[in-house]
Amino acid sequence: MADIYFTEDHEYIRVTGDTGTVGISEYAQNQLGDVVYVELPEVGEQFDQTDETCVVESVKVASEIYAPVSGEIIEVNEALSNSPSLVNDDPEGDGWIYKIKIHDDSELSGLKDEDEYQDYIDNLS
Amino acid sequence: MDAQLKHTPLYDLHVKHGGKMVVFAGFAMPVQYDGMGVMKEHLHTREAAGLFDVSHMGQIFISGSIDPADALEKIIPSDLKNMKNGDMRYSVLLNNDGGIIDDLIVTRLSEHNFYIVINAARIAQDLPRLEQILTGDVIMQHDTSRILVALQGPKAETVLKDIFPEAANLTFMQAMEESVDGHDIIITRSGYTGEDGFEISLPHPMEGDYLHDILKHPDVKLIGLGARDSLRLEAGLCLYGHDLDDDVTPIEAGLNWVIQKNRREAADFAGATKILNQIENGTSMKRVGLLPDSRAPLREGVELFDEDKNKIGHITSGTFAPSLEKPVAMGYINRDFAKTGTIVNALLRGKLIPVTVSKMPFIESKTKKGA
Repeated sequence: MADIYFTEDHEYIRVTGDTGTVGISEYAQNQLGDVVYVELPEVGEQFDQTDETCVVESVKVASEIYAPVSGEIIEVNEALSNSPSLVNDDPEGDGWIYKIKIHDDSELSGLKDEDEYQDYIDNLS
Repeated sequence: MDAQLKHTPLYDLHVKHGGKMVVFAGFAMPVQYDGMGVMKEHLHTREAAGLFDVSHMGQIFISGSIDPADALEKIIPSDLKNMKNGDMRYSVLLNNDGGIIDDLIVTRLSEHNFYIVINAARIAQDLPRLEQILTGDVIMQHDTSRILVALQGPKAETVLKDIFPEAANLTFMQAMEESVDGHDIIITRSGYTGEDGFEISLPHPMEGDYLHDILKHPDVKLIGLGARDSLRLEAGLCLYGHDLDDDVTPIEAGLNWVIQKNRREAADFAGATKILNQIENGTSMKRVGLLPDSRAPLREGVELFDEDKNKIGHITSGTFAPSLEKPVAMGYINRDFAKTGTIVNALLRGKLIPVTVSKMPFIESKTKKGA
């Protein structure tokens, strides 16, 4: 079963088994504008839920990416080093940032599902 | 958006064209436009032509039965008296300690009439300072009824000469006035991008037809504040409140060239003793260009260190430069490290990144210099 959840800071986590693929939402990439640099985390790093994991920089601003759940980084999207604009072009596909081994899947229940997230961003502007 | 926010007369135009409105100096201004974005808008301006709404800036007219230059020179250290009609100068407004209250463009419209464009965020500081020095029947008018737009880029002349043929005869930092139906239009060859281009000031609402004609040209796109910032940074131009402030003198800022020889000799402007001493002996800190050896932009507030980890400076503005496809920055650094080519370290998120002190502008200036 694959499921996608969102945080109020606009990260998404796409869950397959005990692995989560993390990136920023379509809404977030649009707010951020042209991404020019992604400072990736390192494989093996451990994070608690809401820890700062890495940074996405647009021309205008640096934006921190927080861990949607606690876990260990098991893979990072090296393609972003040369093509950071993948985050703009396909944020929820090829523009993923890292994969995290989920330590406690009960943390997912505190996140928003797709419909709840849509309602949340509709009420932001 | 906050009801207290001021709108320029072009607000509806921005919204119609998909402008993403943000707060800047109390105004709702477009940071970028839908379907474009900072990167595309920046590159479009360098390749074709960009139209910028800068109506939020202060437009000041100073006139009287005598030449206002004598009074203005007390707080503006450039040679204004010898400017010919239509000449423009970039300069600074000084406090009594020689600190920069604002940077501005002074245009002499006629023997007794100056037009000065100041930063929106500094209007409240600049007006009382200017008011202080006016004498006799010289009066100052802050004209909020005019719009101001900039048309910048290699196609700017082609676009504008269809509408104002004589504008093509101007060279960089020259102004002309044109009267249409009793209204005064000011066209200057100037800008904030390092490109050739023009700035056009005219009373609202007569801009409608002109802007329509400019915008219907296929080479012209509306450009937001985001690209305005990256364009000016590549051109090595200062942004007040970031690269300049009340505590910085024009010499520390590397703007010695705004003070002409006759003004140095006369030494009759605010803060002259301090400023002339700095010209003679140098300053402990200097503004320099910085090229980071990384893809990560180094932005305002990032600190600079020597190899012994002593703090030697800080960055005042920085971004990813779309035309150079790498980050650029400017900042203030200890004079011992200010020489072009010197390599220092910047501390970003706990890591030291090598940064090379660089000449500015970072891009080749394309302004149309006179003979």
